[in-house]
Amino acid sequence: MAGVQVEGLSRHYGEREALDGVSLSLSEGQTLVVFGPNGAGKTTLLRVLATLLRPHAGEVRVLGSSLPGDAWEVRGRIGLLGHEPLLYRELTARENLRFHARLHDVAAGRVEELLARVRLEHRADEPLRSLSRGMVQRVAVARAVLHDPELLLLDEPWANLDPAAVELVDPLIGAESDPARPRTRVICSHDPSGGLAEADVVLGLRDGRQALLRGAGDVSPEQIAELYR
Amino acid sequence: MRRTVGALLRKELLVELRTLESVPAMSLFAVTTFVVFHFALQRSSVDGDLAAGILWVTLLFAAILGINRLFVADADQGGFDAFLLAPVERTALLVAKALALLAYLVVLELVAVPAFALLLLGPPLGQAMPDLLGVLALGDLGVAAIGTLVAALAVRTRARDLLGPLLALPLLVPIVIGGARATSPLLALGHAGDPPGRWLLTLGLYDLVFGLIAYALFDFLLED
Amino acid sequence: MYGKGLRALSISTVAVMALALALVFFYAPLEADQGFLQKIFYVHVPLAIVSLCGFVIGGLFAIAHLRTRDPRWDMRSYVAIHMSLIFGVATLITGSIWAKGSWGHWWAWDEPTLVSFLIVFLLYATYQPLRFAIEDPERQARYASVFAITAGAFVPLNFIAVRAATAYVHPRVLGATSNLPSQMALTFVVSLIAVALLFTTLFKYELTAKHVRSQLRALRRLADRRAGTAEPVRRARSAAPGAYPAPTIGAPATGGR
Repeated sequence: MAGVQVEGLSRHYGEREALDGVSLSLSEGQTLVVFGPNGAGKTTLLRVLATLLRPHAGEVRVLGSSLPGDAWEVRGRIGLLGHEPLLYRELTARENLRFHARLHDVAAGRVEELLARVRLEHRADEPLRSLSRGMVQRVAVARAVLHDPELLLLDEPWANLDPAAVELVDPLIGAESDPARPRTRVICSHDPSGGLAEADVVLGLRDGRQALLRGAGDVSPEQIAELYR
Repeated sequence: MRRTVGALLRKELLVELRTLESVPAMSLFAVTTFVVFHFALQRSSVDGDLAAGILWVTLLFAAILGINRLFVADADQGGFDAFLLAPVERTALLVAKALALLAYLVVLELVAVPAFALLLLGPPLGQAMPDLLGVLALGDLGVAAIGTLVAALAVRTRARDLLGPLLALPLLVPIVIGGARATSPLLALGHAGDPPGRWLLTLGLYDLVFGLIAYALFDFLLED
Repeated sequence: MYGKGLRALSISTVAVMALALALVFFYAPLEADQGFLQKIFYVHVPLAIVSLCGFVIGGLFAIAHLRTRDPRWDMRSYVAIHMSLIFGVATLITGSIWAKGSWGHWWAWDEPTLVSFLIVFLLYATYQPLRFAIEDPERQARYASVFAITAGAFVPLNFIAVRAATAYVHPRVLGATSNLPSQMALTFVVSLIAVALLFTTLFKYELTAKHVRSQLRALRRLADRRAGTAEPVRRARSAAPGAYPAPTIGAPATGGR
C-alpha cells in the first residue's frame, strides 16, 4: 500500500482555506501529477506531503506513516524540489551538496557521483552565485535526490532547464529507477500534455478544492486546460 | 546530534568566512564606538564604573549587529526547508547557531578589548585580564542563547531588523547589569579587586535559565 | 461559554472598588512624612502587582497554546498581555506621580520595582509590533506564544536582578506589608483585591467581545457561502489573534524528536 494516502485534507491560512477536503490515493511506485492555476493549493499540498506544513484536518499517510504525528519517521526518505533551490549562493556546489550529505548521513562519494551525472564536476568549486539559473537548478536536483528518497516531490521541475539539461536530469527524477526500490512521485505541473505523459494519476485543484481526480488514461489535455479557465 | 551540530556549524562558519558579513562589521563597530565615546564623554581615560559601562554597552550593541544577521542567509537562500527535511534533531540548529554566535562574540572581544585598553582605558589591564575574560565568557553565553532565540523569532517577520534589537535589548539588560557590576572592580584605578561572586552567580543563573528556555521553545519557531 | 458570570463579576468588582476607595479616603490614616499623596501607594502598588501577574499568566496561557494548538489559548494570552500593558502604563504614571510627590523627581532609579517594571514594560511593548509583523495567523500566534513564555520567565528574573543591583535608599514597598499598621494593611489588601477584580472583569469582557465578533464573522461567511455571494477572504493585517478553527488533529510530540 504505502505510497501516499490522503483523506479530507484541509489546511487553512487564517480564515482562508488553502486546501479544502482533498483526498487521493497513490500506490507505491506511481506518479501523481497535480494541475491547477496559481493559488490553487498545489504548493501547499506538496509541502504538507513533505512534512513541512501540518495538516489542519483530515488524514495524511505518507510512505506508511501518519502525519503530523509520525513525521520524523519519513523525513529522511522524502526528496523535495521546490521553487527555491534551497542552496547557499556563497558556497560552491560541492560544499552545498556535502553539507546536505552530512545532514542526511550520506557518503561523500555520492556527492561526486551526482556532480558527474549533472555534468557539473568542472564547475563544482565555484560559488553558486556565479552559475547560471539552469546550472543552479541542476545542483538543486542533485540535492533533492542525494539521499535516494522513496518519495519525490517536484514543483515544476523542468522550469529553467534547457533541453540538454532536461535530458541530464530526467534519469535522476524519473520513474524508472531500481525496481527493488520503487519511487513514488508527486509532480506539480503547468504543462497539460507533458505532465500527462508522466502521470499514473491526475489531480486537478482549484481554489483549494479538488476539481478532478482520475487515472491518467481517463483524462485528456483539454479537460486539464479547463481547470485554468 | 553532535554530528548534525558539527555539520551545521561547519556550514555556518564557511558562509561567514566567505561573506565576512558579521564579524568584521561587529569589530569595526566596536572600535568606532569607542572613538565616539571619547568625543561624546570628552574623556581620554576612563576607569571603574564608567569603563565597565562603556565596554559592556559597546559589546552589547556590536552583538546586536551579529544577532540581526544570524539567520538571514538561511531565511533568504538556503532556506530552513532543507534543514527541516533532514532526519535530524531540530534543536541542533539552535545549538549550532548559538555556538557560531559565541564564536563571533569571542572574535569581537579579541579585537574590542585590546582596542578599549588602548584607546580609553586608564588603568592597565594585565592582572585583571583572566578575571575579565571569565566575566566576558559568562556574558557571552547568555548573549548567545538569548540572541539566537530572538534572531530566530525576528527573522521571519516583516520588520526583522527593527524587531531583533527591540526584543533583544530588554532581555539582555540583566546580563549588562551583572556584567558591568562584575567588571567595575576589575577596571578600577589602583588595586583592581575581584569581581563580586554575587554577580557571577547572577550571570551564570541567567544564562542557564534562558539557555533552557531557548532549548525548549526553539522547535516551535521552525515548524509551520 | 464566555458571557457567563459577567454580571456577577462586574457587580462585585464595582462593590469592592467602592469599598477600597472608601477605605483609602476615610479609613487609612495619613502617613506622617508623605501626607495625602502617599495614598497613591494604594493604587500604584496593586496596579504593579496585578500587571506583573498578568504578564506571567499570559505566559502560562501561551504554554497551553503551544501544547494544545488551540487558538483560544492564544486569544487568552493576547488579552492578558494586552490588559497588563494598559495596567502597566497606569503603574508607571502613578509611580511617577508618587515619586514626584514624595522625593521631588519624576523618576527614581533607586526604586527597584519601578525600574524593573520599566524594563518589563519596554519588552512587552514589542509584543504587538511582533504580532503585527507576521501575517500568517497561525504562525503569528505561535511566535507570540514563544515570546510570551520567554518574557513571562523574564519578569521574575529581571526583578531579582534589578533589585540586587539597586541600593535601597527609599523604603521598599512590597515587603513592607508586614510593617504596615493594621489599618493600612487592610486598606492595601482590599485595594489589591479591587484591582485584581477589575483586571479579571476587563479581561473577561474583552475576551467575550472578541469571541462574539469572530462568531459573527463566521456566521456571516457561512450565510454568504450558502447564498453564493461569498467573496474571497480579504482580512486586513492585524495584530490581534483572528479566530480560525482549531485544528482537529491534536498536537503531536514535538517534531524532530
